[in-house]
Amino acid sequence: MSMTSTIDPGAEDAAPINTEHLIAARRERILSWVMPIVAISLAIVAWEWAVWFYEIPHYLIPAPSLIAETLVKDGPSLMVSAWFTVKLTFMSLALAIIGGVLLGALFALSRPVEMSLFPFAVILQVTPVVAIAPLILIYVDSTFAALLICAWIVAFFPILSGTVMGLRSADHNLRDLFTLYRATPWQRLRYLLAPSALPYFMSALKVAGGLSLIGAVVAEFVAGAAGQNTGLASRIIESSFRSEIPRMFAALVLVSALGIVIFLMTSWLSRRVLGHWHESEIRRDT
Amino acid sequence: MTGAPIIKLDRVQKRFGANVLAVESMSLTINQGDFISFLGPSGCGKSTALKMIAGLMPLTAGTITITPPDKKSEQDLAFVFQEPTLMPWATVEDNVYLPLRLAGVNRRDAASRVQKALIDVGLSKFAGSYPRALSGGMKMRVSIARAMVTRPRILLMDEPFAALDEMTRSKLNDDVVRLAATHGLTVVFVTHSVFESVYLSNRVVVMAARPGRVAAELALNTPWPRNDDYRISPEFSQECRRVSDTLKGTLNVDDIDH
Repeated sequence: MSMTSTIDPGAEDAAPINTEHLIAARRERILSWVMPIVAISLAIVAWEWAVWFYEIPHYLIPAPSLIAETLVKDGPSLMVSAWFTVKLTFMSLALAIIGGVLLGALFALSRPVEMSLFPFAVILQVTPVVAIAPLILIYVDSTFAALLICAWIVAFFPILSGTVMGLRSADHNLRDLFTLYRATPWQRLRYLLAPSALPYFMSALKVAGGLSLIGAVVAEFVAGAAGQNTGLASRIIESSFRSEIPRMFAALVLVSALGIVIFLMTSWLSRRVLGHWHESEIRRDT
Repeated sequence: MTGAPIIKLDRVQKRFGANVLAVESMSLTINQGDFISFLGPSGCGKSTALKMIAGLMPLTAGTITITPPDKKSEQDLAFVFQEPTLMPWATVEDNVYLPLRLAGVNRRDAASRVQKALIDVGLSKFAGSYPRALSGGMKMRVSIARAMVTRPRILLMDEPFAALDEMTRSKLNDDVVRLAATHGLTVVFVTHSVFESVYLSNRVVVMAARPGRVAAELALNTPWPRNDDYRISPEFSQECRRVSDTLKGTLNVDDIDH
């Protein structure tokens, strides 16, 4: 039988496999997908019913069907805005990764550099981006570049601190082993420090992914007041001014969808990278 | 079985901070082919002494001389830690390949040596497994294979089997004796088990604590390498009693918890 252990020398006499256990595990896997879908569908149905039953006007709370209709009707213009937000989010995340990893590696290699530059990173992190954004919009000519800087500031810090923490977390005996074998700094980074840092980096990436979207939306809100961009946040403000509540909800749905996509992507990447060895991502047989 | 001096410790001292004297003036000569155990209670400086021999810890005073390295080997010294100390993200094969990789040997040239090292510890079927899939004893075998892959002359082992069950420990003791005898290794083995030290070594260095120092050097004249029969022989019991009595004589009354 294919399911018996290959290590067990008494495999031929093995007891029959507990099929109930396997069925339960399979049911659990299917339910992990089905239950959230069912729950969300029920919530949407309840929302639709409540709007219809209590005759709530669409300028207060639009029905999901109306939001879907608006999504289709205003699709082209909303998609242009969504693409703008996607670009902004992913570019800021990419820059946060590049900057955070490079600076994190520098911090991990040199204590004086860390002591000198870490306060700047903390200042950037603790100052609310809405407070800095107007200044950046004044100093930087291109609105897109200004928005990018704002979103980057928000997403950068988790990557930096995750990378620094991760690079410092390598097992001290393994460090000794690399010393014993006279590893070069590059070999140490490549074969020991970087893999040790991966779990911390992946966890930081999950946080930074969400934050880059928040940064992009918040920056758009601030810049939107100056009336010069085409992101989803601007569509929300614009719809709010015109009392086009269904369109506002439609833009909101797209922002949420983008957030979910980012979350799924970073979670998938984390499982791919850590799934075969790290405790946080290993799937155990129960 | 032993040859010319290979490691010489001359009045080696290690101090941590101003007040802690971990090792006080330790002098010792280790010969080619010796299997030496450092035996003593916790805090007697045996692991510290081992790390100083490995060059992993600077000395406060004294010198450690290791005779000129063997040019045929990528690495003269190998170290086995108390924990298996494997890279969890790498397969068994990649863990064993690590010392050769760091020495610049490419994977193709290293393949047969990695395979041989794994066969030596009985894990050739697990080359593609990740450490998390292995038992404690198997992980320790990988650690030993990694140490052996560079064909070192000197093997330093820091209480490698302390966390293992008695059966696994006995088996691994046999394996280490076999590897040491086959490859003509010089082994320095840190342990706090009298039985282990008597079974493995041709010389036991009994260490005392606070400050860490060599209390006695006992030569064990029973033929070496040994096998399972030795464990149940009267000679083994006698040697264990002799080493145990020496060890008891080194314990301070203050060290005993009440």
